[in-house]
Amino acid sequence: MTKIELSHVSFAYNPEEPVLKDISMTFEEPGLYCILGPNGVGKSTVVKCICKINEHTEGDIFIDGQNTKELRYKDIAKVVSFVPATSNEMFSMSVIDTIMIGRYNKRKWGQEEEDLRQVYKAMNLLHIENLAYHKSNQLSAGQHQKVSLARGLVQEPKVLILDEPTANLDVKYQVYVTELLRAIAKQNQMIIIMISHDLNITAKYADRIIMMARPGVVYTVGTPEEVITSENIEHVYGIKSTIIKDPNVGVPVVILGESLMDNE
Amino acid sequence: MDWSNDGLDPSNFETCVKKYRLEIKHKILFIIALIVGTVVLSSYSTTLGTMDIGFLDTYRIIWEHIIGDIKDTTLDFLVVEYRLPRVCAAIITGVGLSICGCLMQGVLKNPLADPYTTGVSSGAAFGATLVMTTGFLAAITGFATVISAFVFAMVPITVIIMMSKFSNASPTTMIMAGIGVMYVFNAFTTLMMLWADPMNLTNLYRWQVGSIAMVSSWANIPYMAGVVIVGLIIMMVLSKQLNVLASGDESAKSMGINADRLRLVSLVLTGVVSAGVVSFTGLIGFVGLVCPHIVRMFVGSDNKYLIPGSAALGAFVLLVADTIGKSGWIGFTIQTGVVMAFIGGPVFLWLILRRSNQAW
Repeated sequence: MTKIELSHVSFAYNPEEPVLKDISMTFEEPGLYCILGPNGVGKSTVVKCICKINEHTEGDIFIDGQNTKELRYKDIAKVVSFVPATSNEMFSMSVIDTIMIGRYNKRKWGQEEEDLRQVYKAMNLLHIENLAYHKSNQLSAGQHQKVSLARGLVQEPKVLILDEPTANLDVKYQVYVTELLRAIAKQNQMIIIMISHDLNITAKYADRIIMMARPGVVYTVGTPEEVITSENIEHVYGIKSTIIKDPNVGVPVVILGESLMDNE
Repeated sequence: MDWSNDGLDPSNFETCVKKYRLEIKHKILFIIALIVGTVVLSSYSTTLGTMDIGFLDTYRIIWEHIIGDIKDTTLDFLVVEYRLPRVCAAIITGVGLSICGCLMQGVLKNPLADPYTTGVSSGAAFGATLVMTTGFLAAITGFATVISAFVFAMVPITVIIMMSKFSNASPTTMIMAGIGVMYVFNAFTTLMMLWADPMNLTNLYRWQVGSIAMVSSWANIPYMAGVVIVGLIIMMVLSKQLNVLASGDESAKSMGINADRLRLVSLVLTGVVSAGVVSFTGLIGFVGLVCPHIVRMFVGSDNKYLIPGSAALGAFVLLVADTIGKSGWIGFTIQTGVVMAFIGGPVFLWLILRRSNQAW
């Protein structure tokens, strides 16, 4: 079982304005972990530090007991894969070729059919197989996001990290993708970490929630019932809310109230 | 990985695999067609010159030279020692400049990147001007212009690399650094041209316009071919990594690619290959800029096909330009660089119009 441990991690572009301050947390049990928090609290930064895309300025991050400072990108990629919030391709490839890139670490000579099978499965799963030969610059933002997600899935990592994977999707696909991620995590005993802004979808599907707050700290960690409370939401987001229980599945449901910013 | 809906329709998957393989076949056919076109054009180009030699006669003369049964020494000299090296030089130069443009555009994420915009050509021009106006190195070696052009062509690449090492520069910053160095070199070159002996200016001007005619002997071919072939092989080896880099630095790092290091290696490679070519031929523009864009339209952006496709189209296009230039069809011969600019400019405008609001 894979274990990721962050120990007193800090990160700053400018020493006077730290983005992350003394973050410590552990991802060990398989499941869907959601990171919540307002804009600018360092949600993306912390997951990028795990993948070494950002190099943390203080503290240590361990992947299966090995300090990421001593690991090469190649070593980290064998365990962790990251799907960024946006892609910045200058020259567009076909959707199938774009997803095929995800097989970079798995591809072996003469195994093209297996790669194509994985790619096709991912496209099928996200209902984009009809876009296989479209160029990525012909896609909508939501379709683009599904392609990025498919590329992340075909990497077959032990830990999959996604930066706002549902941000551009319609409601149906926000629910579908989150359900899918949870099912994949359970079925493959994987750790899936996703950054989200939707409190209700997170409350319904996350196994554990990490709520971050200013100035780049972890405010609270726990199950949806423990984290999604009106006090936490008011403190972290500055918004009044009422929490009720979903009568069918018993998870918290957030009814948003007034923004405190308006009252100030 | 096991996913919940593993029940794929086999016939749909088969169709997808068939289509994928057919697409690859089309890409390979496009590249083969360009190579065949280049071979045929090479033969035609060898027939052109002050003395007309028949299309099939050129093959006969080359064959007689290979088997050592030379019947006409004048024709043998003309074809084997003069025209053939020029054709080879055009092909090598086209390949070199085109693959450099392709790699630069990819790693710098900029459709305008080529040896010109990264300052390599300006550095080479300064190096050549230095030798031609001051005689620098000329007393030591007959290759003074080539050596000086090569050394100074590497300066902008070195500046870009230093900047990226010390300031963690983005691809855009790297291009801007190249443009900055280009202006400095252009200023020095202009200054030296103002002070130059008028006798040297013609040679200097010819060099700056660029011509394959400057490589009409076998003596230079091994150096050019060596640099370009090694460069092409390395680029092909890196092609998978370059595809990953094309998906963005963050994605590339998460897939195990050291994006910054790969970018630097690629820049050094393009610097060496483009400097290795332009230091012999002078500055020939547009090949590196236009050819990769045209190839992308036919084979897409997968570097596995884009790099060899760009190499093949670069060779073909530059051979066309050189053939037109030396043919004398309009009553006089024209420098390859000028013909290339006449072809490349309108083609580039057409590409811009065709793309209009789309991304590249």
